[in-house]
Amino acid sequence: MAGAAPYSDERAREIIAAHMGLEGPALPILHALQAEFGCVPESAVREMASALNISRAEMHGVVTFYHDFHSSPHGRHTLKICRAESCQSMGAEKQANEFLARNKLEWHQTTPDGSLTVEPVYCLGLCAHSPAALYDNEPIGMVDAETLDGLVEEAKGK
Amino acid sequence: MTKIYIPLDMAAVAMGADRLAAAVAKEAAARGLDVEIVRNGSRGMLWLEPLIEVETPAGRVGYGPAKVKDVASLFESGFLTGGAHPLNIGVVDEHPWMKRQNRVTFVRCGVIDPLSVADYEAHGGFAGLKRAFEMGAPAVVEEVTKSGLRGRGGAGFPTGIKWKTVADCAPGQKYVVVNADEGDSGTFADRMIMEGDPLSLIEGMIICGYAIGGSKGYVYLRSEYPVVAKVFQAAIEKAREAGWLGRNIKGSGFDFDMELRIGAGAYVCGEETSLLESLEGKRGIVRAKPPLPAHVGLFGKPTVVNNVLSMATVPMILEKGAKHYADLGVGRSRGTMPLQIAGNVKYGGLFETDFGIPLGEIVNDIAGGTRTGRPVKAVQVGGPLGAYLPVSLFDLPFDYEAFAAKDSLIGHGGLVIFDDTVDMVWMARFGMEFCAIESCGKCTPCRIGSTRGVETIDKIRNGQDVEKNIELLKDLCHTMKFGSLCALGGFAPYPVESALRHFPEDFRKPALEAAE
Repeated sequence: MAGAAPYSDERAREIIAAHMGLEGPALPILHALQAEFGCVPESAVREMASALNISRAEMHGVVTFYHDFHSSPHGRHTLKICRAESCQSMGAEKQANEFLARNKLEWHQTTPDGSLTVEPVYCLGLCAHSPAALYDNEPIGMVDAETLDGLVEEAKGK
Repeated sequence: MTKIYIPLDMAAVAMGADRLAAAVAKEAAARGLDVEIVRNGSRGMLWLEPLIEVETPAGRVGYGPAKVKDVASLFESGFLTGGAHPLNIGVVDEHPWMKRQNRVTFVRCGVIDPLSVADYEAHGGFAGLKRAFEMGAPAVVEEVTKSGLRGRGGAGFPTGIKWKTVADCAPGQKYVVVNADEGDSGTFADRMIMEGDPLSLIEGMIICGYAIGGSKGYVYLRSEYPVVAKVFQAAIEKAREAGWLGRNIKGSGFDFDMELRIGAGAYVCGEETSLLESLEGKRGIVRAKPPLPAHVGLFGKPTVVNNVLSMATVPMILEKGAKHYADLGVGRSRGTMPLQIAGNVKYGGLFETDFGIPLGEIVNDIAGGTRTGRPVKAVQVGGPLGAYLPVSLFDLPFDYEAFAAKDSLIGHGGLVIFDDTVDMVWMARFGMEFCAIESCGKCTPCRIGSTRGVETIDKIRNGQDVEKNIELLKDLCHTMKFGSLCALGGFAPYPVESALRHFPEDFRKPALEAAE
């Protein structure tokens, strides 16, 4: 899953510099930072603002606009459960609520042992196999309670 | 050597295609059999995924849905020569579901190896681009205009007119941008084409760049599609290696290159001006129009923004001619529509057909009704901002104008089917909630209206001043529809209003239990 290299300004500057040749480099840089450090910390936002020659407030505005970027690391694994209409037509909402309740979690929360973060997602494009989920980068169709519980166990293991 | 096809399509992978491919390879090796496994796109018969196909003298014989546990018995039943097996569906091209279609945009999807330039060319690939180079840029724009091709992203704007606007701008930097931010529930056609026939999209972009005088293209893909990103990036590299991207493409004197960019989980970036802001590295906030992106687009330069399907259909139009395409369809809805059949459905998948097919035929006949076996109650057409249609409207023909006349839209052709257990008030609330979560926040009707919409529907659910709150909700919908800056706020009322219109009894139940 997402990398968890310890953050350093120096490494952040290297990553930023590597993308400066692109047109509109902000999103590619943010993805690369998050892939490296597992999140986009405030210090990295400052480095980006400086490199892109925009205000810190403006850079902060960009980072916080997008659901994918977060300022502190997630769990070691991420489970995204689809809440969109197609999955709802196959009972996804009830299934997800029961799953969250079983694990004493709310959306966007991480298990106490730091193994798994649960996020809602609004469509994975697996709508003929609703309900669907994405575990790290692995898509899962026709997901049921047993599969979801299995993923919690699997996440704990690694 | 026997060729075996196992899809790499995300939906097939979600049903175990990767594990299946590994198991087939292992079993074949253990038996000392000479096989080649091709990871193709999906044929669109999604209820059969993963679908294994085996090349035989009679054609490609399908076996699905195949699981790892079936692999040994498949080999034992002689599936390499098309042998009988409970999963055998016969020759895939002869399957009734496949034969009823008119595959134009998806003609190669699931058939070819998506990452083989040679296979693509063997199936007509790059013929459209070659013809475009012969015709010259103005004739290409003319050809696309004459075909009647309209944007497949939802708005249905004529593609040729958009291209002409950009082509007519003064020479200089111009961009080709493909909107692959397929965020709508019940839609997966963009994903399927990018996984199953990515070179058709690349070819369409080169043709567009040539027609408008632009040398740079971007594909903006949503981050929820990790499998697509991998396949499509590989396709770009294959095209570049083969000389179809880069400088002086195939000696034409035309330069064109492209990049794949990944979004970051913001639904509103599917709106074209938000998408451009996001590509530029800003918050994905909508721009007021005018100026149109065709005049002032990416980095302030003239830009064509097209949906994946429109762009991927262009090569075929150039290859076979505008008339061939325009002759399909009904009224002003020319050509074919790849229907994406989803939700509570028996035969979910991608079904490409000429415009004009009645809604009921799609739901009851092609899709086979619900997976739960219960009666259909509603079909949401055109994504989360599309209307919910009741069974009483099942004779409605699938075409832009007929749907608009019923205050609904076909969007990019997604259909989500619900059985009679659906609570339409909840779905209406969800529509507003989704808008509230995903609003970019720039305009008041969308930002505030959606939040107030959720509150008002909650009051209705609680039985509080029901008639008064229904009136308030209608008024709110009206304000959002006509006061919002973009389609997110402007279309969010469609599911709500249609639920109110077609399922009034759901809104007038005695106080509902708290939401589950």
